[in-house]
Amino acid sequence: MSGQDNYIEQQDRETGKLGMWIFLFTELFLFGGLFLVYAVFRAKYSADFHAAAAELNALIGTLNTVFLLTSSMTVAMSLTAMQKNNRNLALFLVFVTLLLAALFMMNKYFEWSHKFHFKLYPGSEVLKNLPHGELLFFGLYYMMTGLHALHVLVGMVLLSINMVKIKTGRVNKMHYLLLENSALYWHLVDLIWIFIFPLLYLIT
Amino acid sequence: MSNSESGTHISYLEYKGKYKGILSWLLSTDHKRIALLYFYTITVFFFIAVILGELMRMELIAPGQTIMGPQTYNGLFTIHGVIMIFVIVIPALPAIFGNFFLPILIGAKDVAFPRLNLFSYYLFLIGAILGVLSQFAGNGPPDTGWTFYVPYSAQSSTNVIFALSAAFVLGFSSILTGLNFIVTIHRMRAPGMGWFRMPLFPWSLYATAWIQVLATPIIGITLLMVIAERVLNIGFFDPALGGDPVLFQHLFWIYSHPAVYIMVLPAMGIVTEIFPTFSQKPVFGYTAILFSSLAIAFVGYFVWGHHMFTAGISYGSRWFFSFLTFIVAVPSAIKVFNWISTMYGGSIDLKPPLLYAISFIFLFMIGGFTGLTLGALAANIQVHDTAFVVAHFHYIIFGGMGFATFAGIHYWYPKMFGRMYNNNIAYIAWGFNFIGFNLLYFPQFVIGIQGMPRRYFDYLPQFQTGEVISTIGGFILLIGLVLMVFNLVRSNKHGAVAPANPWHGVTLEWQIPSPPPHENFDEIPEIKTRPYLFGSSTKDKSE
Repeated sequence: MSGQDNYIEQQDRETGKLGMWIFLFTELFLFGGLFLVYAVFRAKYSADFHAAAAELNALIGTLNTVFLLTSSMTVAMSLTAMQKNNRNLALFLVFVTLLLAALFMMNKYFEWSHKFHFKLYPGSEVLKNLPHGELLFFGLYYMMTGLHALHVLVGMVLLSINMVKIKTGRVNKMHYLLLENSALYWHLVDLIWIFIFPLLYLIT
Repeated sequence: MSNSESGTHISYLEYKGKYKGILSWLLSTDHKRIALLYFYTITVFFFIAVILGELMRMELIAPGQTIMGPQTYNGLFTIHGVIMIFVIVIPALPAIFGNFFLPILIGAKDVAFPRLNLFSYYLFLIGAILGVLSQFAGNGPPDTGWTFYVPYSAQSSTNVIFALSAAFVLGFSSILTGLNFIVTIHRMRAPGMGWFRMPLFPWSLYATAWIQVLATPIIGITLLMVIAERVLNIGFFDPALGGDPVLFQHLFWIYSHPAVYIMVLPAMGIVTEIFPTFSQKPVFGYTAILFSSLAIAFVGYFVWGHHMFTAGISYGSRWFFSFLTFIVAVPSAIKVFNWISTMYGGSIDLKPPLLYAISFIFLFMIGGFTGLTLGALAANIQVHDTAFVVAHFHYIIFGGMGFATFAGIHYWYPKMFGRMYNNNIAYIAWGFNFIGFNLLYFPQFVIGIQGMPRRYFDYLPQFQTGEVISTIGGFILLIGLVLMVFNLVRSNKHGAVAPANPWHGVTLEWQIPSPPPHENFDEIPEIKTRPYLFGSSTKDKSE
């Protein structure tokens, strides 16, 4: 009997995971549109993009990359901990992931407010007087990092729900689909950042 | 099978779930009830959009200003397009018939994610309401056309943001429906139902679902960029800020051309179910139909540029897109030959569903051939942005998808509601619809070639004959639509009780009672043969 329950659980998990993977495809296409626009304008205004990218702080970008990469690891570890029925460790690791995500957002906040301080925000007079390519670069910068930050926030909400559910035992050794799917989502957030980071910060 | 004791089963319409009254519908996760929620919502919005269309026809009955000014006219064709495209023709077939019949046809109790399914419905409803609100809130109805071309959509002082958000939310709902269907088809087929034993309507939904999932995010991000352009003044597409308006057209049509196949593939799937049943003959070329669906979905991705032949794209890419446009006609033609061969030598029973399905072929072919006119580079320059395009488009979408929907409604009505409709009224309504439709749109081909532009509220006197015939056709069509709905609504109460299998079909939905019980099957059927075998063995089982 328990063997059959296990089988059904396994089937449900496969179904849930397939749904999540397809959803992740759609997310890739969503960002894909932005990457495409980036490619077009980069080709058209390569000198301007070069100049504008120099304005970004590569150190903050690198720090954020480290935060996200580490958090991807901790969330994967928490899943393994859950599968091995180590609830406290899983809980702790999800918490660390959340903490790293919060650090990422904090960094982003300082980065953006720094730009706002120099009046480098969409629609500002300073930006309007820049060459077209730089204006588009900053437009893309806000759009891409903004949409990505939104995804980080959604991921944080998902992770918080997981924490509650691990605590109350509704995510456990048998039922960890939610944690697994949230981890998949979190990896996607990380993956997209891996592309945004060099495109915006490093190619100068 | 179990339908012999159909008196004892409790249908999904009577089933008592967790909630009572209206909530048992609004909060139901039963795929059949959700399908009906979509059905009613879409019908209401369809008639709103039809009335907008009729108002435009009234305006065009004579040159000059007749009943409205140009700005009102712009608002009308925009919101007619937005509602018709995003609220009706894109979601309708997957959401209504897909939701209702996909699980039944593959022998499942529900879709893979029932709660997500209900969530998609509410997203859909929010999007639809946003679309209607755009007419009333803010600075007046949006006037950009449903295509939202920039830079005008970034500059227009009207209420474009509502319409953009409506399309965005509706797109999200469409993605989730597609996702649900892909997983359902992958994971929930009845035991023994291999991929090549699956009926063809689910196959067409499968092809459609992949387009929904892979193309819709592109329009999502594009609409977001236009919203950002309006709100934050970013200028991705505004040449004054360095942006590129042609880039918008690319991004828009990368989605919106495949969207045409989201509309028409399930329609093809529906008529593919109808032809075998009313010919009592296995479908001709099962494999060919299946792969042509996939081919349409695949090639359909790479033809978007044919909307942009006059936008200044390079000769090389025009050549490429034109060539692929001709290629995509091939799988569509394969299907047409298969449907006709299915009827050949069968015992044809010309019931209303088959009549609508045959009209679908007729109208779809006119739409398809004129599509080739538009796909040819030289001819395109002549008829670009004329009433010819309007006629072509409506022949494909209304003549194709619309008539296939009517075919589907008449085919599955007994199963969905457990009642038979009045055949005679259905025939008369079909007559009005078919004649009205052709009178309405055929003259548009003629005046289009003569040079009548689309989206104009005024025209030169020489086009008046055509426009008047169109307007008359429009009202004949309206009579037909009202008559059809009247028949269906009336029969829901007064129609004869439907047997489990009124048309002698052999697919799974006909082997369960009408209307189906809450979880479709008492016992999940085991599939041992290919579908559409009208042999003695399958027939015995179903009766």
